[in-house]
Amino acid sequence: MKKMSTREAYGRAITEFGATNQFFVLDADLSKATRTDIFAKQFPSRFFNMGIAECDMMSTAAGMATCGKKVFASTFAMFATGRAYEQIRNSIAYPKLNVKIAATHGGVLIGPDGGSHQCIEDISLMRTIPGMVVLAPADAVEARAVVEAAIEYDGPVYMRFGRSDVPIIYDTENFEFKIGKGKTVLEGNDLTIIAIGDMVYEAMEAAKHLKEEGIEARVIDMCSVKPIDIDLIIKAANETGRIVTVEDHNIIGGLGSAVSEVLAENCPVSLKRIGIMDVFGRSGQVKELAEYFGINAKAIIDGVKELLVK
Amino acid sequence: MAIANTGGSNKLNLSYKRSKREMDKQEIQELEKIAAKIRWHTVHSIFSAGSGHPGGALSIADILATLYFDIMKINPLQPKWSERDRLVLSKGHAAPSYYAALALRGYFPVDDMVTLRNFDSYLQGHPDMKKIPGVDMSTGSLGQGLSVANGMALVSKFDGSGFRVFAMLGDGEIEEGQIWEAAMTASHYKLGNLTAFLDCNGLQIDGKVTDVMSPLPLKEKFQAFGWAVTEIDGHSIEAIKNAADWAQTIPEQPKLIICRTIKGKGVSFMENQAGWHGAAPNQEQWQVAQNELNQVLLSLGVKQ
Ligand SMILES: Cc1ncc(C[n+]2csc(CCOP(=O)(O)OP(=O)(O)O)c2C)c(N)n1
Ligand SMILES: [Mg+2]
Repeated sequence: MKKMSTREAYGRAITEFGATNQFFVLDADLSKATRTDIFAKQFPSRFFNMGIAECDMMSTAAGMATCGKKVFASTFAMFATGRAYEQIRNSIAYPKLNVKIAATHGGVLIGPDGGSHQCIEDISLMRTIPGMVVLAPADAVEARAVVEAAIEYDGPVYMRFGRSDVPIIYDTENFEFKIGKGKTVLEGNDLTIIAIGDMVYEAMEAAKHLKEEGIEARVIDMCSVKPIDIDLIIKAANETGRIVTVEDHNIIGGLGSAVSEVLAENCPVSLKRIGIMDVFGRSGQVKELAEYFGINAKAIIDGVKELLVK
Repeated sequence: MAIANTGGSNKLNLSYKRSKREMDKQEIQELEKIAAKIRWHTVHSIFSAGSGHPGGALSIADILATLYFDIMKINPLQPKWSERDRLVLSKGHAAPSYYAALALRGYFPVDDMVTLRNFDSYLQGHPDMKKIPGVDMSTGSLGQGLSVANGMALVSKFDGSGFRVFAMLGDGEIEEGQIWEAAMTASHYKLGNLTAFLDCNGLQIDGKVTDVMSPLPLKEKFQAFGWAVTEIDGHSIEAIKNAADWAQTIPEQPKLIICRTIKGKGVSFMENQAGWHGAAPNQEQWQVAQNELNQVLLSLGVKQ
């Protein structure tokens, strides 16, 4: 299976769309890691390195947007949503400006950098800002589509990209993405696994194993964490009766919380949230970390079985 | 009450002068009248609202009058005109005098000033660009406006439209680290089209800026960050105008105009009092303030 990181796909996408769209790209001394360097090489006059000053970067992006420009602002998820939270909130979101916050290195599966860099709070922080769109693509194809959707959308968008190479699960040909819409990637009626980012592939792997044991799991890619696809969640709850959420993010405030809110208000069913159990990350290889934190196919299978006997 | 409701702004038509010639006495006096009207509406609107920040609003009245009625290339009939000059009121709590300047300049009815901070008013407690014509950026959280102004100045340079960008900073506000990130950015990107006014009234909420957290020395710091700096009396219309003209003579550097001002300027009991940073006058206090403000208007020949 072909693999690519979603950050790599992001860098390529802004470069591809940058040929016909006159947007600006800002980075905070991480362009080689966020892959905005690809854009910078192609369109140097529309790339601004803001130095290691994330707060300044976000407000500068806001100022550009007041003059009618679309702006992508990139750094790691930790520094974008943590360091510059209030700039995003007050300079960008409050005046509903056209700034696209493209954060890479979300989650613990960024590997050896350790807890200081493993942001497991970004989706939670961004989701609570009024009007902010929050997108977490599953693979390179979806990452490209998310960038395109962000360009077309009028207003602030938060995009979360990963560091590691992940399998490409979608076909470029007939792929369509819409803000506010989830995607059923595998059908099944015994339960539903709702996942985001790198976890979509893991959920699909888990579903394949479960099928061998006679358990038919539906898998939904909920890339659009906000606005979330309420109808699709309710349909899944009604048809399958059980929901498992999976995310490389704190189980508090992220996808698990977003899905819980929909279920609790509309159709309470059994739910299990799989993700980072309210602890900080640590150094290690991606595989080791996925196992340690319980966010891989095996952990999903265990979680599903736990839910089924409930 | 009906005082100063005639902005007279459009008749004056002071704003499109680009020539370097010195201002004559009459022009200065017209701007002084506007500053006096701004002060009147500032205190009156805060009195009407029962809350607000008079001190830092009054200290910048003369700068606002000169900017909006002389320096800035703007068109109140087209608030979103893409080539207009911009102001980012980074010290957003000075909203009342900012709104008064915009209203007098014709962006919205001066009569609306009394709705300041009301539930059903568009005149929000702090500037809101989504609701208020003429407001170029929503502010209120200190320390972010200089970065925003940089973003605008970068666009002006990129597009070659050449509009000027102004920022209004407080002397307490510059204790925020982001101001210094932005100061670096402005000189790194050679933002010659950016001019920041620093309202040095010496006070912030908890007292003197030099007691709370001294930002001194100002001139040397900004110069070290690559800025061209000048220092003026922030209540002298002529000095403000000259400094803004000076700013245009230096193409490759951002400019800082350090303005020596008096917090609460124009209302004797508010002057130089940290306590009047964020308090509204009561009825009695308003009477005293009104008398003083009317006196100034009268002395400038504004009929009541
Ligand atoms: C980030 C932030 N922190 C705190 C405040 C609360 N606050 C409002 S005004 C002010 C003092 C500002 O002092 P200065 O910049 O000197 O303003 P001025 O004297 O011109 O009123 C403070 C702390 C705020 N608005 N934003
Ligand atoms: Mg002050």
